[in-house]
Amino acid sequence: MSGEREMEMQRKTLIGLLAGAAFVLGNWAASAEELNIFWAEWDPANYLQELVNDFTKETGVKVTVSTTPWTDFQTKTFTELNAHGDSYDLIVGDSQWLGVGSTEGHWVDLTDFFNKNKLKDKFLEATIAGYAEYPAGSGKYWAIPLEGDVNGWSYRKDWFEDPKEKAAFKAKYGYELDVPKDQKALHDIAEFFNRPDQKRYGIALYTDNSYDAVAMGVEQTIFSYGGSLGDYATYKVDGIVNSKESVAGLQAYHDLFKFTPPGWNKAFFPENNQAITENLAAMSMNFFAFFPALANPQTNPNAKGTGYFANPPGPTGIHVAALGGQGVSIVSYSKKRDLAFKFLEWFIKDETQKKWAELGGYTCSKAVLSSAAFLKATPYNQAFYDSMKIVRDFWATPEYAELLSELNDNVYPYVVNDKGTAQQALDGVVKDWTATFNKYHRYK
Amino acid sequence: MATSAMTMLDPRSRAAARGWSDLTIRNAFIIPTVAFLIIFNVFPLIYSLGFSFTDFAANQNQPWSFVGLKNYRDLLNDQRIWGNFVITAKYVIVSVGGQMLVGFGTALLLNRDFRFKGLVTTLLLLPMMMSAAVVGLFWQLIYAPTWGPINYILHLGDFGLLSNADTALYAVAITDIWMWAPFVMLLSLAGLSAVPKHLYEAAAIDRAGAWYTFTRITLPLVAPLLLIALIFRTMEAFKTFDLAYVLSVQPTTELIAIKLYRLAFQQWDTGRSCALAYIVLIMVVAITNIYVKYLNRVKER
Repeated sequence: MSGEREMEMQRKTLIGLLAGAAFVLGNWAASAEELNIFWAEWDPANYLQELVNDFTKETGVKVTVSTTPWTDFQTKTFTELNAHGDSYDLIVGDSQWLGVGSTEGHWVDLTDFFNKNKLKDKFLEATIAGYAEYPAGSGKYWAIPLEGDVNGWSYRKDWFEDPKEKAAFKAKYGYELDVPKDQKALHDIAEFFNRPDQKRYGIALYTDNSYDAVAMGVEQTIFSYGGSLGDYATYKVDGIVNSKESVAGLQAYHDLFKFTPPGWNKAFFPENNQAITENLAAMSMNFFAFFPALANPQTNPNAKGTGYFANPPGPTGIHVAALGGQGVSIVSYSKKRDLAFKFLEWFIKDETQKKWAELGGYTCSKAVLSSAAFLKATPYNQAFYDSMKIVRDFWATPEYAELLSELNDNVYPYVVNDKGTAQQALDGVVKDWTATFNKYHRYK
Repeated sequence: MATSAMTMLDPRSRAAARGWSDLTIRNAFIIPTVAFLIIFNVFPLIYSLGFSFTDFAANQNQPWSFVGLKNYRDLLNDQRIWGNFVITAKYVIVSVGGQMLVGFGTALLLNRDFRFKGLVTTLLLLPMMMSAAVVGLFWQLIYAPTWGPINYILHLGDFGLLSNADTALYAVAITDIWMWAPFVMLLSLAGLSAVPKHLYEAAAIDRAGAWYTFTRITLPLVAPLLLIALIFRTMEAFKTFDLAYVLSVQPTTELIAIKLYRLAFQQWDTGRSCALAYIVLIMVVAITNIYVKYLNRVKER
């Protein structure tokens, strides 16, 4: 009897072990058909996960979109890349990473893939220049435009359309209160609606200096005033970054800051959307990727009274908006390169791009963007399309992170703390950037 | 006797039955720890010391070259880095000073019998059990200029304590005091309860005043423990990162640890950041040494 029991036990143990081994092997086999995409934690990443589930249905390949908060995104990505890690097969990387991604061998060269599929004709020109090509004009491509994004504005349409406000505005400024026609009107309207006694303020700006928030707001205004962040081809910055026009642009951003709600010194996208949802400000700067939350009555009680517009032109009519958005690149350390290419082939299909737009992603496909269905789908799609045609971006050289940090160090104390002058701040930027470019031997 | 108990195994024990010698057991405990320390502590320490003399940048797949003391020279000549050190010094003085005062004061109040003493002590200890990131997020709400309780109570209107460049550092220090004064309180309580009661009785018989009793009996006897609290808190405050990083982005709250993080992991200037880490390390070791010397002198007394 006891011998039988022992045999039975042994049999059970053996079955258990075999089942365990089969489970482990099965998992291992399944993991060979898996792709891991890395992106920042925000709504578009959720839409992407929904989209790629279709790829899984078609091919059986499981695709996971892993995310991390925006503030950690850069650090986590480059910690992984610098260690030549293969945790992620594809990364949806920021536009300014192109230089370091391509020259340091982190991204796989997609030039052949680009040419074979004629992607130059398929995607909006600005998105190819911003997210895919490096160096500029070289015809070498490192990413597929995935999420188009640009800095725009949301505003309280209900406040703007109030007849009493309209009359008061006209009496004070001599023209109709409407979506600002230029940067001066932006300033006037911000000033007009700034009423601290009513706990209402004129404007919500980007001010956070831990990554690129304040830089995006500042560069957009500098560009609008005819200024520039330097010559990206020759690395010349003196006389350009601190030119009269650039100084006027920075001064304008500083002047707008006076009309922001109290404590607005660390503001990025969540704060700027809150400014609209919590009746704090009349106008709010934000990337279009965050506007779906404003159009949704469940997340914005003022959804019906919220409107959207593209960044208004500067005094000389220069019409520019700061480029956001990302392209998807294949990580050169990934062991699943073929599978990643297969995924990209699926991703660039017209029907995939259409579905991507329907889910809430900002496709960069020309065909989808210009279709009437897309332009009418949301209250902000038209403004998005208009803005995408006028984008300009920050430096994308491998040392962009140092440039960004130095810009923040010089500009933030002036804009937010009112220390020094615009000229001093930009002279400081020129001094720091020249030192950095010298360090990297850019002036040979 | 004690030695023989340490080196001899009980012959009836299971370890002895398995044929393990006392040496094997000792090694089994010590070797993993030493290996862990060498791999994760000593090796990176030496490796980063090497990096501090190079122009290595971790985000560039390029060979680095030896630059001698250039990184150290550049850093020590950089006005901004000195600015970060001044900010850190101010922060350490305000925050640790505040913690010592509040912590020791609370301990004096608690050092008597009253109802619910245990409960009150436990509640007072709660802040230091929380994560600094969580404390930072909460205090951000507490400091909020439009609806935060501090502005309401102090009638500050919409003045942002955290967003104003001049007050931000003190606002961060106040949060740190709130969080870590209980630690000083705990050590002080341990010291206070160890003061022999008969000393106080003798002082009472001699009709010594409260101040005299405090300065001649209480303070000298608690001093060693207070100094230990001071050492720990100074070291911690010197390398504070999380609380200040979560609470504020003001350049006036950029402590040296935050500067180091930005240099190392945002700008990937690995060589220079290693050099800065060593400068900070040398400073912390020097300050701690001064304290330890003083502590020994106090103990001798």
